[in-house]
Amino acid sequence: MSPRIRVNPIMCEAHGLCAELLPELIRLDDWGYPIIDGPDVPHELLALARRAADACPTLALLLDEDD
Amino acid sequence: MSQSAGPAGLPRLLVGLDPSGAPMTLAEHQAIHGPLPRVGASELIEAVEQSGLRGRGGADFPTAVKLRAIRSRLGRRSALVVNGSETEPASAKDLLLLSRLPHLVLDGARLAAEAIGASEVFVKVSDTAVTALRSLESAVAVRADDPVPVSLVSGPPGYVTGEESAVVHYLNDGVAKPTFVPPRPYERGYRGRPTLLQNPETLAQIALVARYGAHWYRELGTDADPGSALVTISGAVAAPGVYELAFGTPLTDLLSAAGGPIEPLRALLVGGYFGTWVESGSALRLRLAREDLRSVGCSLGSGVLIALGESACGLHESARVIEYLAHESAGQCGPCVYGLRAIAQSFAALADGVAQPREQERLLRWAAEIRGRGACHHPDGAARFVESALDVFAGELAEHRGGRCMAAPAGFPVPGLAPRSAARRRARAVR
Repeated sequence: MSPRIRVNPIMCEAHGLCAELLPELIRLDDWGYPIIDGPDVPHELLALARRAADACPTLALLLDEDD
Repeated sequence: MSQSAGPAGLPRLLVGLDPSGAPMTLAEHQAIHGPLPRVGASELIEAVEQSGLRGRGGADFPTAVKLRAIRSRLGRRSALVVNGSETEPASAKDLLLLSRLPHLVLDGARLAAEAIGASEVFVKVSDTAVTALRSLESAVAVRADDPVPVSLVSGPPGYVTGEESAVVHYLNDGVAKPTFVPPRPYERGYRGRPTLLQNPETLAQIALVARYGAHWYRELGTDADPGSALVTISGAVAAPGVYELAFGTPLTDLLSAAGGPIEPLRALLVGGYFGTWVESGSALRLRLAREDLRSVGCSLGSGVLIALGESACGLHESARVIEYLAHESAGQCGPCVYGLRAIAQSFAALADGVAQPREQERLLRWAAEIRGRGACHHPDGAARFVESALDVFAGELAEHRGGRCMAAPAGFPVPGLAPRSAARRRARAVR
């Protein structure tokens, strides 16, 4: 299975860094909360996805890389 | 499993129900159904599997699969929660069972607890369920033989407080709000233990399957949807209430069971406030069966059917329901808090005939965007409801754009919300 991103919507406070760092996979809704259209992260975006997950101030962006 | 002959035909669950509303005593219950047979865990799960029983809390999931998922984690102490929260305002079946047939539900709870190796059983209801709590207290007190201790828990009312992660959160921390999943309750629930949540009706059905067997269970219903179901029927019918009907029964017969329509019907709301509107012409051709309901994008949910008469206005009723659902957000997830609030305002503007150009387009975009973006399914259910309302009441939308709506409120139950006042309903028009 390829790595996947998801958001913990309870933690998310709409800082919006994720959409700036990973616009290929994340856009924002009208209130600034992230929308992920497809959770699969292609190999070439993996480094950026890691950066986006690390950058989230509330640690709400999750990157599942196992298996 | 030694089986006795079960009741033929209907009712099954509701047999012997005292019309005065008094709870059935243990002696009365055993006189009707006999004592609870001894059934081994795998034998019970096997029988439940063959019966084809699916959960009646709304998720419609095969019960045997759920039981097995927890049983496979044997070795760890597990817990069973009878989820009687029944937070859907138009549903009344769970409280009926818990208040008046508590031993049937507690029999099912005992069997399910033994099947999964649970060391504790909780029965969770809302604080407002006073009659059910009183009846359960008396029932638990006389069941000294039950091997697993049963505790009664009441919590704050509210639409999302009955969602399963919210129930577990409440048991663990006293906070009746959903949590981010996974882990789901069957993985890590009450005190971190695998926890099975079951709807009271599902457990009552298990109590019957254990006594009379899967073959008997399948004598009613269809191959794909065997057995009977409790359906709460309300709205424009002569005798609103909870009825037990066989799967496969045409919806028109469901309405007849509830005294029949009191006026020509415009639409049916199938599945409650998380459900779907269906135009009455196509709705009445359907049977109470997953296949039929799916063909028009519905599911039975927790067994709720509301009839909307032609004298009422589906747009105004829907606007109130959406306002209620927005108000009932747990307030934890941005897309639900802001999205539902915006959707409710936008829908009200459309219903009132004061919407901006392209309002509907924006509303549908929001509905699509909030799906799957809450910790629980609250936004998803609300989105489905909105989309079906706009679809089924498209004709009314066009009329409201230009005129005045004279329809009287149909009185859908929306706890805690003031009725939409005539002054707010500024639309001038036709109906």
